[in-house]
Amino acid sequence: MLVETAAEESPLAVAAGIEALGIAGVEIVPAAATVLVRLAPGVDPEGVARRVALVEAIAPPARRLPMVVVDAVYDGDDLDDVARMAGCSRDEVVARHTGATYEVAFVGFAPGFAYLIGGDPRLRVPRRDAPRPVVPSGAIALADVYTGIYPRPSPGGWQLIGRTDRVLFDPTVDPPSPFEAGVRVRFVAAGAA
Amino acid sequence: MIEILAAGPGVTVQDAGRPGLARWGIGASGAADRASYRLANRLVANPEQTAALEITLGGLTLITARPAIIALTGARCPLRSHAPLAGSGVAFVLPAQTELALGRPERGLRTYLAVHGGFTVAEVLGSRSTDTLAGLGPAPVTPGTRLPIGPADPAAVVATDLVGLPEPEREITVRVLPGPRDDWTDVALLDAAEFVVCPDSDRIGLRLDGVPLPRRSGELAPEPMVRGAVQLPPDGRPIVLGPDHPVTGGYPVVAVVVDDDLDALAQCRPGDRVRFRLVRGVPSRW
Repeated sequence: MLVETAAEESPLAVAAGIEALGIAGVEIVPAAATVLVRLAPGVDPEGVARRVALVEAIAPPARRLPMVVVDAVYDGDDLDDVARMAGCSRDEVVARHTGATYEVAFVGFAPGFAYLIGGDPRLRVPRRDAPRPVVPSGAIALADVYTGIYPRPSPGGWQLIGRTDRVLFDPTVDPPSPFEAGVRVRFVAAGAA
Repeated sequence: MIEILAAGPGVTVQDAGRPGLARWGIGASGAADRASYRLANRLVANPEQTAALEITLGGLTLITARPAIIALTGARCPLRSHAPLAGSGVAFVLPAQTELALGRPERGLRTYLAVHGGFTVAEVLGSRSTDTLAGLGPAPVTPGTRLPIGPADPAAVVATDLVGLPEPEREITVRVLPGPRDDWTDVALLDAAEFVVCPDSDRIGLRLDGVPLPRRSGELAPEPMVRGAVQLPPDGRPIVLGPDHPVTGGYPVVAVVVDDDLDALAQCRPGDRVRFRLVRGVPSRW
């Protein structure tokens, strides 16, 4: 079941509202403008739909989630292109990117790949025309309103601005990633080439 | 311990997968044809969620160090072995130091090989499934791979002996529920069309060719995906997401295959024909 959220509502807040209903046998997955409610076999879809339709977006429960600080080296292959599209210098791209506090909107694409929102609107850039066959692990990249960090080498079409050494996904630890929806993130420039 | 001598086009270890972790960006993965996978385990008196091999288009040859109780289900492969009772849909003993070779099936795509005790490769996040997209779980099985086998369960009783296996069809019709993004195309055309399975189909998605469906232009913010989602990329050729699908995607999902029909779809091989029949509401099993 896919719940579409109104423009003024955050999917994270709607997901929290659905979670607060305490319905047994459902998995709740927020994304960019929708929330997936996956039902276990035998759960009555119409009953769940009736309850979910009345959900109010609520502030996610105030958890003591630590701020994740990511040490970044801003030397990405697309940094010049991003500066040109943003109409500013490379240094100003770095200043604008490190000046914002981000929030994990949702995790998707790959394990531990967080879609971070809250970035400077000047740095809103489109995806590359052709994706790269391999983006290296730890690459920090921009696309649309999002910042993302590739947790492992994979194909990718985002604009690369930097990199980090931080391990962002490890299936042998619990939790496997520092990122889940609602976690706040900052970037600190550890040096720029 | 079983040693793999030849692996054919694609062999992975699969179990019931790792559902419930989508919020970490982790997909469920797991056996593609779940009914055949569970049946293989039942035949060798394993719990149904025990890890087995998923073999694509045959081509597997293996040898066992100790006697092993084995069953094969799903696509029926021609077998070559000195094991006296080797067959499909039946539990048999593969004697020590004996080879078992699977040829290419005439129909269907995926064969499941279960062994009593199960393949006890390391678990990752609660599952032994290889997620081919995320790179989680054991590495794909290749020649030289040695797979550990769990201890025999002295209390296990083989309750199922010989079963008829469903014969995969070269043309199938699967039921779909329209939406959630059915306003991006004309789903009546999806119901009317016939598609052919493309060779680049895999565990991530079943790619279909045919008369392209009209599609509204534009972009959609990334949405959560499910197995069985019928995505419509800009070229109008649908993709049905498989067990290793990405947890989010940007193509509109114009319909979703009814869960009970996904196992049959998982047996479609390149060149097979697929039709979709629109239904409204999930038909009850009771």
